[in-house]
Amino acid sequence: MNTTSLALIALLPLLASFITSCMKCGRRAAGVAIVAMFGSCVLALLAFGQAWGMGPNKHVTFDIPWLTVGTTTINFGFVLDPLTGVMAAMVTFVGLLIFIYSFGYMKDDKRMARFFCYLSLFAAGMLGLILANNLLLLFMCWEIVGVASYLLISFWNHKPEAAAAGKKAFIVTRIGDIGFLIGILLAFKYTGTLTLYDGGNGLLDLASALKEVGHGFKSEETGTLFTPAIAAIVSLLLFLGAVGKSGQLPLHVWLPDAMEGPTPVSALIHAATMVAAGVFLVARTMPFFEAGGTEMVVAWTGAATALVAAFIALGQYDVKRILAYSTVSQLGLMMVGLGVGGVAVGMFHLLTHAFFKALLFLGAGSIIHGCHEEQDIRKMGGIWKSMRITSIAYLCGTAALVAFPFTSGFFSKDEILAGAWASSEPIFWISAAASLLTAVYMTRQCLYLFSGSYRGEHAPHESPRVMTVPLVILAVFALALGAISRGTIFDKLPHVQYDHNDFVIVVSVVVALGGIALGWMIYRGRKLGVDADPLAIKPLREKFWFDEYYADTVGKLWSLAAVIFEQLNELLVFLRDIFVALARGLSSAFAIGGDRKLIDVMAFDGLCDWLRSLGYAVTRPQNGFLSGYLRLIAIGAVVLGLMVFWIS
Amino acid sequence: MTLEHYLILGAVLFCVGLLGALTRRNAVVVLFSIEIMLNAANLNFIAFWRFGENPEALQGPLFTLFTIAVAAAEVAVGLALVIAVYRHFKTVDLEQLDTLKEE
Repeated sequence: MNTTSLALIALLPLLASFITSCMKCGRRAAGVAIVAMFGSCVLALLAFGQAWGMGPNKHVTFDIPWLTVGTTTINFGFVLDPLTGVMAAMVTFVGLLIFIYSFGYMKDDKRMARFFCYLSLFAAGMLGLILANNLLLLFMCWEIVGVASYLLISFWNHKPEAAAAGKKAFIVTRIGDIGFLIGILLAFKYTGTLTLYDGGNGLLDLASALKEVGHGFKSEETGTLFTPAIAAIVSLLLFLGAVGKSGQLPLHVWLPDAMEGPTPVSALIHAATMVAAGVFLVARTMPFFEAGGTEMVVAWTGAATALVAAFIALGQYDVKRILAYSTVSQLGLMMVGLGVGGVAVGMFHLLTHAFFKALLFLGAGSIIHGCHEEQDIRKMGGIWKSMRITSIAYLCGTAALVAFPFTSGFFSKDEILAGAWASSEPIFWISAAASLLTAVYMTRQCLYLFSGSYRGEHAPHESPRVMTVPLVILAVFALALGAISRGTIFDKLPHVQYDHNDFVIVVSVVVALGGIALGWMIYRGRKLGVDADPLAIKPLREKFWFDEYYADTVGKLWSLAAVIFEQLNELLVFLRDIFVALARGLSSAFAIGGDRKLIDVMAFDGLCDWLRSLGYAVTRPQNGFLSGYLRLIAIGAVVLGLMVFWIS
Repeated sequence: MTLEHYLILGAVLFCVGLLGALTRRNAVVVLFSIEIMLNAANLNFIAFWRFGENPEALQGPLFTLFTIAVAAAEVAVGLALVIAVYRHFKTVDLEQLDTLKEE
């Protein structure tokens, strides 16, 4: 693996995005994007292979000097370590499957070429983010991801809701991004570097050293004192960025709305990539959290998010919205994992979640496609009969999500619960409750989708092969990945040592099976879609009024500010008018008084007249009369004589 | 008789000549006046020679001789010019000759 091939992982999709942006034919654009993604996937797997050969806390960096400010050089670098390797491999692999699936899903869309352009741009940003060995480069890729997600969510921009959802996603994540940016600047101020790994001088090297030393030390570069308090502030600011991107409380509101985008986008954004970016950021900058002692903030935020989002998911009717809140909830669990167990625990769940949630979203997309763009689960039902492959795949994903024993979700969630049990019991119980609710709402959703008979108008049909094949591949991973990768992930990625209590395993099995049983008991024998839903009570259906609350506080404040600024604007306009009038008066005074009178008449014309009369006066003696000339000569001679006489 | 007497006489003669040249209207009279001024100069030459440091060198008479010769030539040219002017303008009145200016 050298710099070029590592950089190509991110650059291939970028190139594809450039090429497809100039293309009109959707099928060809899709081909270009898929080929680029395939190349990127192969390279990422190679990189993964190399990274996996390294030990934990080992890494290779490839730095190119980018810009030099004074004595500080900012590098445009890439890093390869197990964390990067596994993320890149996962993103490119899931991304490739989503690309292939999109080819079938967007077949009838007139703007398919543009869609693939955005998808490729998104993948490029995400991969750059993963590979970056520099917080600034990471931030730039982070923003590319933000822009691309905005473009993708509001892809069907003729729908007002989609356009609004795109804006909401962009603005809400921006709140977090500001924190992120401030964190970067603070880190730069106190350490004088933005490189993550730099042979002992990088940010993360310093943060790790800080954790070892325990008290602050002076940075040689800047002469400022780098203390645990600074690390804590920086880590919290970085976490703010992660909260925005990964849809944690209280900035989760954009994520369910982002469901307005095409379903592959939902899969790409919610499963593998964008929301994982926040978790990845926390995992990447984990030394800061450890040095600052802020892991528990991460864990508590995650736990609260997991529980609240799981509750909301109970009361939703939109098939994709349920999955969206489920994603928020699972991201919360990942944060819990990062907080209580270290990088390996969070990343393990991120990895398994990426596969089974991508599977669920793509399955939901397949169902929506088969049900003629219907998204309301009350109007579905009996899909089992008509869409066999999709249904099986979807059930596999569901099993993994509810942590059914020996699926991938079971292993990763078990690790999170074990880590939580070891460090904080309240967090453990909250996470367990969230897992229980997960099982309940997924059971509810599956009963709505698959049991009974179809409640819509047109009969559903199975999706084409290009859509079902990725589903099958993902289903295999969703079931098997946990068992396969559990051991190696914990070998390669740093994590906290904790005991695996039998009690924890029992609890995690009980919440999964108990949740399914609970859901079965609640919905058994009900006429789904006709009877009132016992769990879709108002607070849940209304998502705990988060949007309304924001509308009433932030929105109102904003409107007030708008009114105030409008009045200020009026005042400014008034002042401007006064100044314009003044300036106009002054200028005309200058024009008439100064220019015309003084310059033109007095200075210019006056001087001309004077010169002319002078010239006239001078020509007067040359009157042609000989005696006149003689007189002048005589006068001149006399004057000359007098001067000679006077000088001597 | 000292040098001053001769010089005063020369100056008076020069002034008479100058006055005549400046005021008279007849071109011929102006020529006469110029001759008077020349002769005033000649008188000065002779006077300075006669009362100078080296009267034996004959510089004064020689200069005067030259001046008289040049004056004669000048008068010849001047009179020829006056005749040419008369032939052209049918007058020798200087007040009526104003073509010596830029139109």
